[in-house]
Amino acid sequence: MVFHSIDRPAQRDMAALSSSRRLPNLYDLIAIAFLVALGTLAAHGLAEMRAPMTVLAGDPIVLDPARLPEYALRTTLRMVAAILASLLFTFVVATLAAKSRRAEMLIVPALDILQSVPVLGFLTFTVTFFIGLFPDSQMGAECASIFALFTSQAWNMTFSFYQSLRTAPRDLDEVCRGFRLSAWQRFWRLEAPFAAPGLVWNTMMSMSGGWFFVVASEAITVGNTTVQLPGLGSWLAVAIDRQDVTAVVWAVLTMGVVILLYDQLIFRPIVAWADKFRFEQTASGQRPGSWVYDLVRRTRLLRKLTAPLASLWDRVLMLRLPSPRLPAMVERQSRDLSRVMDVLWIGAVAAIGAWGVWRLVTYVSASLGWADLGEAFAGDLATLVRVIVLIALASLVWVPLGVWIGLRPKVAERVQPVAQFLAAFPANVLFPVAVLAIVATGASPNIWLSPLMVLGTQWYILFNVIAGASAFPTDLREAAAVYRLGGFTWWRRVILPGIFPYYITGALTASGGSWNASIVAEVANWGDTKLEAFGLGAYIAKATEAGDFPRVILGIAVMSLFVTLFNRALWRPLTVFAEKRMRIN
Amino acid sequence: MDTLAPATLTATATPLVEVRKVRQVYDKGTSGSLVVLDQVDLSLKPGEVIGLLGRSGSGKSTLLRAIAGLLRPSEGEVFFQGRPVDGPTDGVSVVFQSFALFPWLTVLQNVEVGLEAQGVNAAERRKRALAAIDLIGLDGFESAYPKELSGGMRQRVGLARALVVHPKVLLMDEPFSALDVLTAETLRTDLLDLWCEGRMPIESILIVTHNIEEAVLMCDRILIFGSNPGHVIAEIRVDLPQPRNRLDPAFRVLVEDIYQRMTAKKGTQPTRDGLFPGTGIAMELPRVSTNLMSGMIEALAGDPYRGKADLPPLAASLHLGIDDLFPVAETLQLLRFAELEGGDIRLTPAGLRFSDSDVDERKRLFAQHLASYVPLAAHIRRILDERPTHRAPASRFRDELEDHMSEDYAAGTLKAVTNWARYGEYFAYDEHSDLFTLENPS
Repeated sequence: MVFHSIDRPAQRDMAALSSSRRLPNLYDLIAIAFLVALGTLAAHGLAEMRAPMTVLAGDPIVLDPARLPEYALRTTLRMVAAILASLLFTFVVATLAAKSRRAEMLIVPALDILQSVPVLGFLTFTVTFFIGLFPDSQMGAECASIFALFTSQAWNMTFSFYQSLRTAPRDLDEVCRGFRLSAWQRFWRLEAPFAAPGLVWNTMMSMSGGWFFVVASEAITVGNTTVQLPGLGSWLAVAIDRQDVTAVVWAVLTMGVVILLYDQLIFRPIVAWADKFRFEQTASGQRPGSWVYDLVRRTRLLRKLTAPLASLWDRVLMLRLPSPRLPAMVERQSRDLSRVMDVLWIGAVAAIGAWGVWRLVTYVSASLGWADLGEAFAGDLATLVRVIVLIALASLVWVPLGVWIGLRPKVAERVQPVAQFLAAFPANVLFPVAVLAIVATGASPNIWLSPLMVLGTQWYILFNVIAGASAFPTDLREAAAVYRLGGFTWWRRVILPGIFPYYITGALTASGGSWNASIVAEVANWGDTKLEAFGLGAYIAKATEAGDFPRVILGIAVMSLFVTLFNRALWRPLTVFAEKRMRIN
Repeated sequence: MDTLAPATLTATATPLVEVRKVRQVYDKGTSGSLVVLDQVDLSLKPGEVIGLLGRSGSGKSTLLRAIAGLLRPSEGEVFFQGRPVDGPTDGVSVVFQSFALFPWLTVLQNVEVGLEAQGVNAAERRKRALAAIDLIGLDGFESAYPKELSGGMRQRVGLARALVVHPKVLLMDEPFSALDVLTAETLRTDLLDLWCEGRMPIESILIVTHNIEEAVLMCDRILIFGSNPGHVIAEIRVDLPQPRNRLDPAFRVLVEDIYQRMTAKKGTQPTRDGLFPGTGIAMELPRVSTNLMSGMIEALAGDPYRGKADLPPLAASLHLGIDDLFPVAETLQLLRFAELEGGDIRLTPAGLRFSDSDVDERKRLFAQHLASYVPLAAHIRRILDERPTHRAPASRFRDELEDHMSEDYAAGTLKAVTNWARYGEYFAYDEHSDLFTLENPS
């Protein structure tokens, strides 16, 4: 019915037309061709995933461009699997957090901390775990890789969905309660649609980070275990190992094509579709467009064929699942009892947490001493300095440029997709090029490996600043022009405060990404040449390669602590300040 | 669609809705509790349109939500057709001030939502929704999204959605107050026509409003609500035949009468302290801008009022609803610039002097009255005077206020005083450091 009612007039028109018009149209042919191709590819890739481990060993990565499409497909499938897992996690966990006060007390702080744990750190443990789970097939390694991706994507999506659930408009909530929609109906009628735009945006952000990690998590070396899953990441690892420049270039090109296709075929259509869920009562001027979305909307046969599916989905939506009827009103329950339960609950959670920390500390301290802790802290300080300096440098470059672009709608229209594309492009694919340059010039790795950390993340600053400058109100610009504010005053009084909230969002994302990237960026190889910068990223990377679990744990713990503190001390106050004083309504 | 002619029902029929001794209390944390509704009784009979009239904060919307089953009152009971209400029930529909439409659903889907919840099958749903859309005059808009519609059309969708589930009682929460004057009038007339002709499948309407003329225009019975805490001040029966005419002398008399009742002082309390809840520095103050105050004083001092005006025509000529008009009038009374009496407002000599003065003199006068009649302002000023630095953190006063009122009211009251003091240059406030000071930037 979803499809029916959107286009009721269109249906009437159709009925009035002759029956010859029921034949498939050109759009149908294109869309069906796409669907068949996608289905075949997915089936092929999934079958390969289940292949036994021996196949993997007997079929190492071959640097043959003819194999590239397949590798690209495998990489993409991992990406899709991870995003689906993240969505499922989001729906379940965020809903739980929003509906249950006690679950909320646990989930929200946990997510906050998980967000600052370096993703690649997880890999060390999960590889061992998942390979143990599927000892005879590639599935174990696949799962480890997908799980690494999942951990890079799930948290912010969950946060976004949770916040949307918490801020659902009160009057619509009352409509749902007034008509007694079941929890299931309410979820699909109110909560999911209301959360859709935020979730889609966050998924897009996650996806950008995801490409980075998919490349990093395919060729895994943990102690004695070395796995190279067929994919672009492994191709790249082999190319680096063999010092094959041509293969690196192939990888860069393929990655570009894959991201472009992914963006055009999957993401743009979703963004265009999600636009209708934006919570606004007046139609806005510019709407995101997508040629694929338009194409699907213009198909005739395809829509007819999917109509039964749509109506089935509609039936599912309308199911009144026998859920325990949510208390429609705040019960006059005994408050004391509930307070006691709260205390017990918090006590239990705290006890389990304390036990976990204690176990961890005893495990780590069995083999490591204070000196190791000192080393980790020193490394972390070095990485911290790198992150701060690099974000500052990137800001100096991209803020003026972003403002220049954003104030010119024609330019912004062209540059914005490019900036988003660059943000999604996994910078680690380009690392070998940088390493080559450092090796050739003999420059200091301590300094020159650092820019790699922001290579991929600086674009967040650029496209957020562009968005901010584009949204800057015309009347304020005109006022500034009338009173002839120029030069430094214009920057300080007009545009910088105007884009500040956007800049903070961008810089926050960039800084988080840079911390994560440090694990890959502070150590770099080119064949036998090994470059290393002093820092916590290198510390974790080396410990992982050596399978030195206590050091990995220590490194991850220190980094998580620093990132959390860094967020609390710098980014959160700035965000609050931006929201309070700089938001232009 | 079944029809029910209201005229065929006698007023003595058993009540559809019965509200008994309802009291609603909100917890204010450490500082005790806030009573929003106190001892309210009400009964809604078949065939009548009842109005709950009062200013914002008089608890009338709270009462509507209690009847709808959207909230459970702290004390007392609500019955629907003799059964206690313990949650939303079939038979009661709500129309919201904000329309409350799902922006991602089309008009048709929005109307169908209530039927979906009841598990009505698709064909039946479509049939009934189209009938409701037809009845309410939305033909041709079925596949439009709410954002494509004007405010009036949106509220029609809200109305169709409420009617399609065939409720017995229609609850309307300020349904026309978000609309412009002309649109609101059209919708009102359409609704009244449908009601009088018995074409809506409902037995009774309860409408919450702060618009006096709207209440007199539509209702058979009006309950006037007073604030602090919300309670019924008076019940007025309107026996004028429909359609009613705003210019009818009998209509005017009723409107005038209601104005008087709404501005009447409570007998037991001293004149001015009774205006706002709380006494002394703990008085809750409304956030009335000084521009509105001077505007009102000027309007009163000028032609045709010459210092004294009847509230209804004043409200009409200034385009102010009672929710805007009353707080200004009462603040002027608190500051002794005006007197309210029996539906009239009269400028005091100070008020007349204010209107004749230039800007600096006005500010000086305003500061004087602030010092004399607003204890909180005088209190803050005294502390600033006492301190050698002439600075004091605003949080200190916020905490002090929160001992007496909720956090929101404390913040609002402090903002009101800050604004008045800034205008009178009585003291200054720096938002950045959250400090009250005696210096103004020079």
